[in-house]
Amino acid sequence: MADTPNNNAYWSANIRLVTICLVIWALVSYGFAILLRPMLSGIAVGGTDLGFWFAQQGSILVFLVLIFFYAWRMNKLDKEHGVDE
Amino acid sequence: MDQTTLNIIVVGLSFCLYFGIAIWARAGTTSEFYAAGRGVNPVVNGMATAADWMSAASFISMAGLIAFVGYNNSTFLMGWTGGYVLMAMLLAPYLRKFGKYTVPEFIGDRYYSTAARLVAVVALIVISVTYVIGQMTGAGVAFSRFLEVDVTTGLYIASATVFVYAVLGGMKGITYTQVAQYVVLIIAYTIPAVFISLQLTGNPIPGLGLFSNMAPGEVGAGTPLLVTLDGLVTDLGFNEYTTGSSPWLMALFTLSLMIGTAGLPHVIIRFFTVPKVADARWSAGWALVFIALLYLTAPAVGAMARLNIMTTMWPQGVEGEAVAVDELPDWFETWQVTGLLGVEDKNGDGRIQYYNESGAGMAELAAERGWTGNELVTFNRDILVLANPEIANLPGWVIALIAAGGLAAALSTAAGLLLAISSAISHDVIKSVINPNISEKGELLAARISMGGAIVLATWLGLNPPGFAAQTVALAFGLAAASLFPTLMMGIFSKRMNSAGATWGMLAGLISTCVYLFAYLGVFFIPGTAWLTADQYLFGIPPTHFGPIGAALNFGVAFAVSSMTAAPPKEIQDLVESVRIPRGAGAATGH
Repeated sequence: MADTPNNNAYWSANIRLVTICLVIWALVSYGFAILLRPMLSGIAVGGTDLGFWFAQQGSILVFLVLIFFYAWRMNKLDKEHGVDE
Repeated sequence: MDQTTLNIIVVGLSFCLYFGIAIWARAGTTSEFYAAGRGVNPVVNGMATAADWMSAASFISMAGLIAFVGYNNSTFLMGWTGGYVLMAMLLAPYLRKFGKYTVPEFIGDRYYSTAARLVAVVALIVISVTYVIGQMTGAGVAFSRFLEVDVTTGLYIASATVFVYAVLGGMKGITYTQVAQYVVLIIAYTIPAVFISLQLTGNPIPGLGLFSNMAPGEVGAGTPLLVTLDGLVTDLGFNEYTTGSSPWLMALFTLSLMIGTAGLPHVIIRFFTVPKVADARWSAGWALVFIALLYLTAPAVGAMARLNIMTTMWPQGVEGEAVAVDELPDWFETWQVTGLLGVEDKNGDGRIQYYNESGAGMAELAAERGWTGNELVTFNRDILVLANPEIANLPGWVIALIAAGGLAAALSTAAGLLLAISSAISHDVIKSVINPNISEKGELLAARISMGGAIVLATWLGLNPPGFAAQTVALAFGLAAASLFPTLMMGIFSKRMNSAGATWGMLAGLISTCVYLFAYLGVFFIPGTAWLTADQYLFGIPPTHFGPIGAALNFGVAFAVSSMTAAPPKEIQDLVESVRIPRGAGAATGH
């Protein structure tokens, strides 16, 4: 299991996937729920705005989707690169 | 049957269940004691992780934290769940692949250094011991409040219970009791929430009810719940519920909680119990599903309880008269006895005016209406969850469930922490440093004795809680964020990171965090020993928000030192390669 090209491709695919997931992770929590909340203030949700919904519900739901998506994609990548068990 | 008897029966039944599991899930080998034999189903492990993670603070205090502050404390909701994204993608699968028993063991092997391993042991013990104090005091409080035994007796009962299943079963016993404890705590948490949500908004799902309109017949019928709440609180001089302040500090605090969560050793080791790397990934998702059931409900519990308190105190609305002393509901009386609620009719009008004395324009309003100060003088935020079933007029068995749920939350977290502490002592100190030739049987015995010792220590700390208990939570998260998380992450994602870099980085994170906390909160939190005050915060950063700064220092120092020293040896680089691919994790279960 040294630096075979196959493992390198597997690892960079993983890094790419993690990066995409973490960008979304940061966007919904630090972005929509906190720093970008003023920009979303026009979108009303149940008596308040979308930012508040992301802070108390939405970001948690997105986190859930992200972890399951990552697990599903990675387990598929494992098989494609022959490193599953 | 009176309430206390009912509480004792329900709590007693839950404890019998834990004992039964303890006898069924005895550990016969070190692999079973440290990692439940690595045979735990990922969904089951997710459930156990949720109980492991959700402490007395999540169960009892979090809804109150949100209720009294509103939007700004959403940081706890995002921080304590978002950390699982980091853990699932950056740590858990790789550490499972590594296939050993403790977090310091990974650090010691990856950085080929006993010194690094011992620094990690110190960080782990400081983090876990500070955390366990809160659980023990939480359990003691639950006992004294619901079962009418004194705190000391309550603590002894709690410790004896944990002793039985943790010493007998190790990780195996703890895993399956945590599953049972999760079921108890989630039922206890959601039942009152569903009823209150139905009552106020007609929506049975609290997370949706929070954004629904008020039900007919309730205050502000037809308008959104949050608008009603905002109106009531601002009329009484409190901050608006849905608006916040200092977004950058909020973001920093959220980050601090997220990185801290991901670096908590007692949660990380839960992922060592599943059979494969793929299972570790799924398991992190399941853990968050079970955590989210409570965390999506908590903000609704907070907002609805705050609304209920407001309408209880002002039954005719804020414009009308306040509640009369002799019309206070029964639960008010019950909780006044415990000292968590307190009223004082300062202006002697036979009514209790609850408002924020220091709110803008409130002095004038008070003068005009003849108020001479806020009369709800004691209002502990933990009340909101503890008294929730009574506020909603739910039957006695629901109240008893809250008692069992609070205890389940405290005990499950305590057991996980105690396992992290005892395995660090028996595996990282005794087996690796003091007596490497210890037999399997000898190590298992050492692990059991360490567990017993850790329980005795935790009980003692629970009986004699240091005055700084509240601040130490900041220390636990700060240290996990600044010391363990960066070091673990670099160990996986940087092949070039070497022993010197990691050790110095870890020390930089540890020491900077301690110094920053001690500077403002006192040396070891002893009052009067702080040498800086709040107006001297570096760039305005409060000590509780320091975790990410400590983590950045850890990363910076580690990369600087590493680039000036030799690359790690070939076998370590091969180790990193092997940790990165899942194949072979099933085989790497032994030693």
